[in-house]
Amino acid sequence: MKILVCISKTADTTAKIAFTPDQKSFLETGVQFIINPYDEWYALVRAVELKEQYPDTVLHLITVGGADTEPILRKALAIGGDAAFRVDLQPIGIEQVATAIAAHVKQEGYDLIFTGKETIDYNGSGVGGYLAGLLDWPFVSLATRLTYDGKTVVVEREIEGGREIAEAELPLVVSCQKGIAEQRIPNMRGIMAARSKPLQVMAAPPEAQQPAVQIDHFALPPKKSGVHLVEPGNEEELVRLLHEEAKVI
Amino acid sequence: MAIFVFADQQHGSFKKAALETLFFASQMAARQQQEVVAVVMGEIDQPQALADLGKYGARRVLHVNAGWLNDFDAQLYARVFKEILTQHEADLCVLPHDFNGRALAPYLAAQWQAGLLTGITSLPDEHGCYQKQVFSGKATAWIRLLPKRQVLTLLPNTFTPTGKEGQAKVEQWQPAQVNAAQRRIRVKEVQTTQGRVPLTEASIIVSGGRGLKGPENWGMIEQLAEVLGAATACSRPVADAGWRPHHEHVGQTGLTVRPNLYIAIGISGAIQHLAGVNGSKYIVVINKDPEAPFFQAADYGIVGDAFEVVPRLIEAIKKYKGIS
Repeated sequence: MKILVCISKTADTTAKIAFTPDQKSFLETGVQFIINPYDEWYALVRAVELKEQYPDTVLHLITVGGADTEPILRKALAIGGDAAFRVDLQPIGIEQVATAIAAHVKQEGYDLIFTGKETIDYNGSGVGGYLAGLLDWPFVSLATRLTYDGKTVVVEREIEGGREIAEAELPLVVSCQKGIAEQRIPNMRGIMAARSKPLQVMAAPPEAQQPAVQIDHFALPPKKSGVHLVEPGNEEELVRLLHEEAKVI
Repeated sequence: MAIFVFADQQHGSFKKAALETLFFASQMAARQQQEVVAVVMGEIDQPQALADLGKYGARRVLHVNAGWLNDFDAQLYARVFKEILTQHEADLCVLPHDFNGRALAPYLAAQWQAGLLTGITSLPDEHGCYQKQVFSGKATAWIRLLPKRQVLTLLPNTFTPTGKEGQAKVEQWQPAQVNAAQRRIRVKEVQTTQGRVPLTEASIIVSGGRGLKGPENWGMIEQLAEVLGAATACSRPVADAGWRPHHEHVGQTGLTVRPNLYIAIGISGAIQHLAGVNGSKYIVVINKDPEAPFFQAADYGIVGDAFEVVPRLIEAIKKYKGIS
């Protein structure tokens, strides 16, 4: 089996979000960058577990980004994977990322592709589905469990107020979220091994060059005007405020 | 020209997010003298429910009445949708940004060769920009889509449908190029948590954190949720400790929610948690630590011991609602 895991670089979850004075770009100064948690904790770890279960599995990682994403790819390789690929392109939007990855998939050939459910910066939640659509492969989104018996994939996903269990054969694209695997901390052996694993840089295919979206500007949410504190013991006053002032109950 | 909307249903009951999306599309259509066409996949129990989509702004309903479409499959649904959009020479399709919509929208955009913008929270402004939350709710971006053909997904609980009169014209629609044999995903089992409000559809959420000390203390959280008709949620440490199931975890690496009212009990308000909830219209914080950062993001608060405040709050709500 050959698995591909899509990796994205995002700002750390604790990062303070700020923009350039013209509000056009995200201010990267002082921001720590990490592997997108959904990609790392869930997609990558589940793929590594499958490789442990089926040792002849080939596990590749891919990202679409500039040279600044390479430390992220190395860190991902320290958790697991045989080789990494970087498509050299600064993408804006889902289409460019998925199109660049699809070109690689068509050339290299895979059976199973994992993505995180979304990135925590642009929250697009679209790369997995768009990639599956380009490849015309079946797609399961927001998977919370996945097992593979060598032939059939059984995958569980979240639906409104419950869950759904489905079966599929390979090839398949799956977007992963909490539940499918547990976060792993890379050990020293993994970190050492990652240094010598192949990391191949590829030019972006022509069809991935044109963005389909344009970010006009950003803004931070308006500040709250201040909390209205109610004394403990006066819960009836809180109920009155929620009913009469906020009109939410 | 028409705006096409994915009206997601199960057994003839339309999802709340789908009705919101229809309403959103009708607001958009009204500006541009367009009509809204709802697309319904799979069999339904109550045919009247189709015509009733008119109350949410649908002028026409295309019903693909096929048993093999009862279970969701992004690939199959996208193929059917693409056939409909191509036949009608459409260039705009709107879906709810919910579990199925999030899978179908990107798949469809790829196959239909359309631009894709997900999780929008506004109608387009005069520059053609849609608002969308980014950095998991820590900021908003104004984004425009360049291609003429567009697929949008609307974040749930952004638009509240206001009751309209009217019935939609219902038409049966048969795909010519898609059939049951093309299905690659076989649904084996659907498990639903009975009688509980789904977190993503809830207009009120009661959420508990580490301050509750242990899973045995969740009774009062559930009781408060029950009297309010609310869903229950929790912070990440609570889900990680196994006190509550993972699907209740709200925050940057869990679920992003935007209810009308979010009641946070014993949650300090770490930046990652706030990111998942700051789209809520009103936030109430109950915490014994007056320095808890969550109070900065709250509209109302009580500085006090949750174990004393919550039972009194339950009684106060019962009294207000006339429940004894």
